Amino acid sequence: MTLVTARARSGRRGPTTRRRPSRSGLRYLVLTVGSAIMVAPFLYMLSTSLKSQTYVLTIPPQFIPHPATTANYTEAWTTNDLSRYFVNSLVVAVLTTALSLLLSSMMAYAFARFAFPGRELLFKVLLLGLMIPAMMLIIPQFILAKYLGLIDSMAGLVVFYVGASLSLNTFLLRGFFQAIPVELEQAMQIDGAGAWSRYWRLVLPLAKPALATATIFTFLGSWDEFAWALTIINTPSNRTLPLAIALFQGQNSTLWGLVFAASIIAIVPVIVVFLLFQRYFVQGLTSGAVKG
Amino acid sequence: MTATLEPTDLQRNAAAGGPTRLRRTPSRRSRNNMTAYLFLAPGFALFLALIIYPMIKAFQMSFYDWNDVAGATSKFTGFTNYRTAFHDPVFWRALINSGVYMLFTVPPQIVLGLGVATLLNNKAPGRTLFRVLFYLPVVTSWVVVSLLFRYLFADSGLVNWALHDVAHATNHNISWLSGRWTGLTAISALGIWKGVGWSMMIFLAALQGVPKELLESAEVDGAGRWQRFRAVTLPAIWPAAAFVTVMLVIGGFNVFISVALMTNGGPADSTQVLLTYMYEQAFTNLNFGYGASIAVLLTVGVFLLSAVQLRVFRTDAEEL
Repeated sequence: MTLVTARARSGRRGPTTRRRPSRSGLRYLVLTVGSAIMVAPFLYMLSTSLKSQTYVLTIPPQFIPHPATTANYTEAWTTNDLSRYFVNSLVVAVLTTALSLLLSSMMAYAFARFAFPGRELLFKVLLLGLMIPAMMLIIPQFILAKYLGLIDSMAGLVVFYVGASLSLNTFLLRGFFQAIPVELEQAMQIDGAGAWSRYWRLVLPLAKPALATATIFTFLGSWDEFAWALTIINTPSNRTLPLAIALFQGQNSTLWGLVFAASIIAIVPVIVVFLLFQRYFVQGLTSGAVKG
Repeated sequence: MTATLEPTDLQRNAAAGGPTRLRRTPSRRSRNNMTAYLFLAPGFALFLALIIYPMIKAFQMSFYDWNDVAGATSKFTGFTNYRTAFHDPVFWRALINSGVYMLFTVPPQIVLGLGVATLLNNKAPGRTLFRVLFYLPVVTSWVVVSLLFRYLFADSGLVNWALHDVAHATNHNISWLSGRWTGLTAISALGIWKGVGWSMMIFLAALQGVPKELLESAEVDGAGRWQRFRAVTLPAIWPAAAFVTVMLVIGGFNVFISVALMTNGGPADSTQVLLTYMYEQAFTNLNFGYGASIAVLLTVGVFLLSAVQLRVFRTDAEEL
């Protein structure tokens, strides 16, 4: 009843009408149920990672692990070489991010600040990369990687991850560079600074927020990438985390505690990065949405 | 690079509101072009080699019986791979399954994403927390959440327990992942769960651009919630809605990891989608040419579909 009157009132009265508590109560109820659905699977995963094998698929399910054990974590980290895959993923993601940001910021600088012949055409060609989903190219890329001797190596991962990230990062950074007042650069130019030093010492430091956004998306993209790693990596010691976890599951199809302990180890850094740098996520998404 | 700029150029640029590039005198133009090309060269060369070349290569391969073994030659076979696809029942099933996945996942993601965004579009406390919670699945790797959902939809998993023992909606445990439609349902459930946060985020950003004064004056004029949404909010967020729809449809046809890890296209190819089938043809059966032709068909199909959608959205925008 209160709900109906609240709705009727807010409809009739002017814009200054305050929402009745009942409506905001309903809003919170819906949001709480919704976010519970979002979070519950993660909590259940956490709970399972702390169970021994006997308790992972019982009916009724065990929500609070009893007895709780961290054995899955120790086993995953040491016996199952997860520490090694963690380092592999980290190395691949760091190298990919560094290289991609350097190359795409240079391209973005050229597109944003120079009027050279063919600029529009080259930019359109670059945007093609945004339209073609990565999976469409996986077969010819595999043939190419084989030809270049990049199969089964982490270099093969880095090179192709960089290639795949160039379009989006250049697009994102170009937009930001264009918004930097050109007068600053002109002042530097009058003082005799060349293009490289204007790019390196002025534009890049001013573009930190955009670089942060690009860093996060590139890093997470390569941290989470699965299909390409599955395709080119054969040697177990070259596996990255997603590949290791997926194959883990294949070998031990029922060892859910172990699989989820490994999964938690893989997603905790991602969640930490997300929580710390939330606003860059939003910026990255909206620059894609609003301008794209 | 010691070129200086005339202030007039600067002012002209600012006045025209044109692109904020540095203007230069004609005598220095060629040197500046050189600088620009040097900045572009490393990245663009890599892009051409790793993205554009494979695009062309995929197209070429689709006309060959491609042989990847050293020493063996590939044979040009014209449209044979495409003809094979048209007569391959598994290809058609994979196409239908991809389409079904798209239909199962896209509308719920749009509706729920917009709904949650609307609920969060105010300054009420807890807004940031809810936003984070809804976005959590988006940032989590596909591999992890696919395994998680495989576990939840296991025969004696949480979903069956909830349906059977708690809600008593089913009288036996469903083997979700060993049937076509139940399998696609489980995979779609994952798709929706993982994707709602993304469309929510885009819609939240778009809702910031809805003119508040217009909403308020509509309210003063006695327009109800739905009327205000229809007349003010919807036109303002229409471009974002178009973007979300097009991206989700593309994403729907690109479903791969969740299917690969939850059912691997099985049992007996019943949950195969286009990309898992393409992958299996190429990397299990070493039928690279056939795999490439599936990739080309999918790319062209999705491209046409996007073009149609954009046109529909544009004509609808004129009517709004």
